Amino acid sequence: MSHSNRKTFNFHGGLHLDEHKSISTSRPIETAPIPPLLILPLLQHIGNPAIPCVKVGENVLKNQCIANADGPVSTTLHASSSGTVTAIEKRSIPHPSNLDVMCIVIETDGRDTSIEQSHASTEEYLSLSRHDIQQRIKEAGIVGLGGAGFPSHIKLNANKHLVETLIINAAECEPYISCDDMLIREHAESIINGLRIMQHALNAKHCMIGIEDNKVEAHAALQAAINGSDDIELVRVPTRYPAGGERQLIYNLTGKQAPSQGRPLDIGIVCHNAGTAAAVDDAITRGIPLTSRVVTLTGSGIPQPRNMHVRIGTPIQYLLDHCHSPKEDIANILIGGPMMGFKLNSADAPVTKTCNCILATLQRDAIKPSTPMPCIRCGDCVEVCPVNLLPQQLYWHAHAQDFDAIQDYNLFDCIECGCCDVVCPSRIPLVQYFRFSKTTIWQQERDKEKSNKARQRHELRLERLEQEKREKRERHNRKKAALKKKPEQSDDPKKAAILAAMKRVQDKKLASNTNPANTDNLTPEQQAKVDEADRRRKEQNADTKPS
Amino acid sequence: MLTAIITLLVIAVIFGLILGFAAVRFKVESDPVVDEIDKLLPQTQCGQCTYPGCRPYAEAIANGEAEINQCPPGGEPTIIALADLLGRDPLPLNPEHGEVKEEKTVVIIDEEICIGCTLCIQACPVDAIVGAAKQMHTVIIDNCTGCDLCIPPCPVDCIYIVPEKKSASNWQWPNPAEIEKTASDPEGSS
Repeated sequence: MSHSNRKTFNFHGGLHLDEHKSISTSRPIETAPIPPLLILPLLQHIGNPAIPCVKVGENVLKNQCIANADGPVSTTLHASSSGTVTAIEKRSIPHPSNLDVMCIVIETDGRDTSIEQSHASTEEYLSLSRHDIQQRIKEAGIVGLGGAGFPSHIKLNANKHLVETLIINAAECEPYISCDDMLIREHAESIINGLRIMQHALNAKHCMIGIEDNKVEAHAALQAAINGSDDIELVRVPTRYPAGGERQLIYNLTGKQAPSQGRPLDIGIVCHNAGTAAAVDDAITRGIPLTSRVVTLTGSGIPQPRNMHVRIGTPIQYLLDHCHSPKEDIANILIGGPMMGFKLNSADAPVTKTCNCILATLQRDAIKPSTPMPCIRCGDCVEVCPVNLLPQQLYWHAHAQDFDAIQDYNLFDCIECGCCDVVCPSRIPLVQYFRFSKTTIWQQERDKEKSNKARQRHELRLERLEQEKREKRERHNRKKAALKKKPEQSDDPKKAAILAAMKRVQDKKLASNTNPANTDNLTPEQQAKVDEADRRRKEQNADTKPS
Repeated sequence: MLTAIITLLVIAVIFGLILGFAAVRFKVESDPVVDEIDKLLPQTQCGQCTYPGCRPYAEAIANGEAEINQCPPGGEPTIIALADLLGRDPLPLNPEHGEVKEEKTVVIIDEEICIGCTLCIQACPVDAIVGAAKQMHTVIIDNCTGCDLCIPPCPVDCIYIVPEKKSASNWQWPNPAEIEKTASDPEGSS
């Protein structure tokens, strides 16, 4: 039995925003055609980039693994259509940094031939162990499809924690975005099945689905799919942004708060996105890895806003062209919604696993950026903050770049929902300040780590140099001592021979130093002549010597 | 009277033993102030402060031989941190020791030109260059502190200074205050 009238708790703050969702929910989900080129970034998730396992020039099939996970916090990447790998190079991706990252580029052949599924298709998930399910989800490359892109197999590993409640997040609160809504309407069974698989993997006692009360059709579809079973509770939550934030939804449903800087698992709760549940069902029941997702194409820049099943890696420009979006009139393209999305710098970038919405705005509808005015400390931002932070204090310290003080105000609990930006009468880009502060603090931590490493390396180097010097000195001393000890008795036979020869010559010289026999009893004149000859000889020797 | 003296003597001996034991057991190897200062220095070991490395500079500061404004790689944040630690007034960076770099840099070796003389290896304070005599040398970028000490000894000028690479994992959001200053479009939402 599913109660829809369960009492919900209300998180602090939040906003009622214009939804703009109905413009994209009037038509069923369409399947996007195969693009001529697929660009698959190696990093589409939080963690280490995947390591390519294909080479340039290789032919790949649809659903074939093309990059393996690197370590536990990483996931696998698959080809989303068949074709040839034409490059593994840096390409632009949807990321606020505008940096290029390594991507595998596949030229598609249009045949969309799939590899044979390695896992038997109609396998009963209950026969699989928890570890097997996690492993298969990792191999299927599933990440949180709600936006953050955290590898799902990690969130399905309860470890030693006891999981009380598994929550499926179907709230999707941000304006314009309707991909989860449409997915639920059309594939509610798949989501419920995915939920059951995840429940099995986590051994969760209790399951809940939180859905905003404005999604009537989706609610009905889920109710039909649950089909009266009493272990899944479908709960309507009031439509209020950001009801789809993980912590906000958990609080709304259970009244519990995950600890600051902790995880919901610490209070026995695991929360997954509805799209992720459908992907898990695909992976476990049908053996299909995550190679496509539902993307909302909306905004004034799209003539007929819609939702599409898009192959991961499809260039965004290709989708816009497919929707007949007027390229010249587009002022900007946001990835994600208007509240938390970021500006896309190049439409050549591909759709990634975390890309839930492409919001194109026409020139005439673009809002001109207004110059921020000084903070008047009105406190409106405090009223709307769903995390009970003090944005004006955070702003104060971020502006002064006092990063110690800003952490005392729990900067890292900020979910960057943008409510404070919306209500600020001075139009201060508060979230920008918080993002800037967060990344700067992370950079400082990295610098600190690096300087510690440098210190250690420098100390080790000094030690090594000292040791080398000591060894050299010791060697020198040893040699000196050895020379002093036995200066004549050399081990070297050559030296010994030379020494012996020199000795012989000396002996001979000594022997020959006696006066010649005929020089006895000389007359003084004779003696004088001999002396004269000796003198001349000496002189001659002295002359020749320098030359 | 006697009891009092004996009691005090006994107490004195006991405390003496405790203090003696503590002196040995909890001995601090080096000057903790030097350690604290050393922690705040950027550890580039570049020697721009005129001391052969960060630790000797830290020792000089602790002994009052050096000012706190001699470290260009640390720049203003380091000077302020040192001033905080030592209770001194912050000073502007002494330009004699060099200027603050606009962005962080590392060096790379042009392996085509390198003749394998090992001079840069001997100059590197953190052993971030690998290679052997008459063999190609290369820089371990992750360990390079950007001190540029390897550049003067190179006989063939094959070492270049390049900005540290930004990737998606170490990228930083820009400071909105600076964007406001340049009066350009603030990043973000519609």
